Amino acid sequence: MNRYRKVLAGLIAAAGLSLFAATAKADPPAGAPASLKIAVVAFLSGPASGPFGIPARNAADVWIEKINREGGIGGIKVIPVFTDEAGPADKVVTEFRRLALEEKVAAVVGYISSANCLAVAPVADELKELTVFGDCGTARVFEEGKHAYVFRTNAHTVIDSLGAARYLLAMKPDVKTIAGINQDYAWGRDSWEIFQRSMRQLKPGVQVVDVLWPKIFAGDYSTEISKLLVEKPDVVFTSFWGSDLVTFSRQAKARGLVEQSIVLVNNTGSDIKDIPATVLIGSRGPGPIAPPDVEKDPLHQEFIQLYKAKYGLAPNNYIAHGAYHFTQALQGLKVAYESAIKKAGRWPTTEEVAAALAYSTFDSPAGIIQMAIGNGHQAIEPAPFAVIKQDPAIGAHVFTEIRSFPAACVNPPDGMKSLDWIDRGFPGAKC
Amino acid sequence: MRLLLVVLLDGLAYAAWLFLVSAGLTFTYGVLRVLNLAHGNLYALGAYLGATLLLHYAASGSEIAATLGLLLLAAVIIGILAGPLIERVFLRRVYSRDEEVQLLLTFAISLILEDVTKLIWGVTPVVADMPYTSFGSVRLGGISYPWYPFLLVGVALGLAGFLWFVVTHTRLGKVLAAVIADREVSATLGIHVPRVYTFAFTAGAILAALGGALTAPMFSLVPGIGADVLVISFAVIAIGGLGSIGGAAVGSVVVGLARSAAVYFFPELDLFTIYLIMTLVLLFRPQGLFGEIEIRRI
Repeated sequence: MNRYRKVLAGLIAAAGLSLFAATAKADPPAGAPASLKIAVVAFLSGPASGPFGIPARNAADVWIEKINREGGIGGIKVIPVFTDEAGPADKVVTEFRRLALEEKVAAVVGYISSANCLAVAPVADELKELTVFGDCGTARVFEEGKHAYVFRTNAHTVIDSLGAARYLLAMKPDVKTIAGINQDYAWGRDSWEIFQRSMRQLKPGVQVVDVLWPKIFAGDYSTEISKLLVEKPDVVFTSFWGSDLVTFSRQAKARGLVEQSIVLVNNTGSDIKDIPATVLIGSRGPGPIAPPDVEKDPLHQEFIQLYKAKYGLAPNNYIAHGAYHFTQALQGLKVAYESAIKKAGRWPTTEEVAAALAYSTFDSPAGIIQMAIGNGHQAIEPAPFAVIKQDPAIGAHVFTEIRSFPAACVNPPDGMKSLDWIDRGFPGAKC
Repeated sequence: MRLLLVVLLDGLAYAAWLFLVSAGLTFTYGVLRVLNLAHGNLYALGAYLGATLLLHYAASGSEIAATLGLLLLAAVIIGILAGPLIERVFLRRVYSRDEEVQLLLTFAISLILEDVTKLIWGVTPVVADMPYTSFGSVRLGGISYPWYPFLLVGVALGLAGFLWFVVTHTRLGKVLAAVIADREVSATLGIHVPRVYTFAFTAGAILAALGGALTAPMFSLVPGIGADVLVISFAVIAIGGLGSIGGAAVGSVVVGLARSAAVYFFPELDLFTIYLIMTLVLLFRPQGLFGEIEIRRI
């Protein structure tokens, strides 16, 4: 009986302690709102929704659920407001104003299109709305202006094409001729410019034998492939993504271009099950292609498990890179809020959260993120590249021969413009 | 010489595809005088259904040669389901209204069909390129070409010949010509004009879906593919003359060869070529190469 009483008393004490602990954990800081509304903006319709928007939205969904399960941000539950990014930039800006002024969201996370990031950034400053870009690539956002309320927690586009040049030279040091086929819009033009300038610096004497500019979503690349078969370059560089990447690479495979030349893609903008084996491919920051340190990161593993449980996954655990970028934005916000709460001893102002995020370092499903350039508003990340191979054991394509170039090797130093850095021979790069 | 051969082959293959995707748009306009902005969505539906049938068929391990029949079947299913529905329920109400109203209506239908496509097939790319690779390849001009695009050249020629025969040598062709010339007079002569309209729109829908179905083995399919095809089809039929099948054929060949030459000799002009040709044609011949100037009726 005594023993029973002791056990019972122990259980009551334990329950009391847990209740106390739970109450203590749930105690929000002074001045905290009842909930924290965060807008999540991604392409939910149109051609970019499949490879980028929907996986990014799903990733934000599972990551916000995880944050809430663990007590929210600073003890406050996060409520997502999912919004479609589709439409012209003026419509996207109008939608941003609605989120800030009518929905009164505490922060906006997202944007995949570079054009939309460029359009939204000045408006975010005007409305003093904390905005964390979740995937867009253009380096112009922070190289051509300062934005007090705007951050980007993924690397900008320079690592895609500079990383491609470094990986190519690691895999084929004796490359002599290169050709490019890129969509005729800002992303394609920027990617080629960075790649060919990097190649000229890293391998002086390399010859550009062809540069092709098909329309985005042209669909048919037969003529371009014929020309590349005639030209016979050592390497064909492309920044195609989505259906264009799938169609081009499969037509290239069917016609023997993949066997004739190395096909090098600077981004994992499509499911690798649809891209032929032997293609060299990169990712903007670790994620789909994970170097060993990121593979071991508990947040990386947890993200894959959460995504798999809710949305299912292919046997190779492939998740699009935009999905990782959105979790990085949410992690950055969480860490910044909690750091600002700790410093202020109350619920922080937007400016205090922004100050905490600038030049911060935090862990994420893509590994450690450093907000190191663009006045602390722009992240740098390593550039992982790999070769796609068919794995007969799981019956799916996987990444092999993974090589990750350190963040300090593929990103310019703080305060230096990317193209100037490349043209000056990458001063300060640590490879 | 070898390079010219390759330019010619690529140009003709592209021209065949252009004709296949634009024939439906010009046919519908020719008879109904309605520019169908849902044309690209009918193309997309044909492509998606064609790909679905191909994937099921490939899973059963059956003969690849029968795939063309499956693609035709997909086009007929989409055309027969969507054509009469759109024409009888929606278009019929706006024939007498301004062109702007007709354009807005077909644009609304295109938005609905875009969402229907997404609801059925989702947003991830659908790939069904078995015929592209399974029909084998041939070496021409020193490089490898799959047979499939050349098969489309044959289909395009056959389709152009068939449409020409129907329009010029059959009673149906005479009925269509009468309705095109004057709806009211045709009705007084005993032609059931509404039925002709339903038939013509359904035929146009089948042609649009056929363009998509035959494209399915070459492209990966994603939401939004219809919008790009609508733009390029419109450019081709504007060059050839709105409503003219012959014009669409000539417009396709002109654009196909010019684009191929641009890719080889002026790659910076790839995107611009088709619109440059369209601008030049419309400057000197606003009705298009084979279009006829319409006399405004009071």
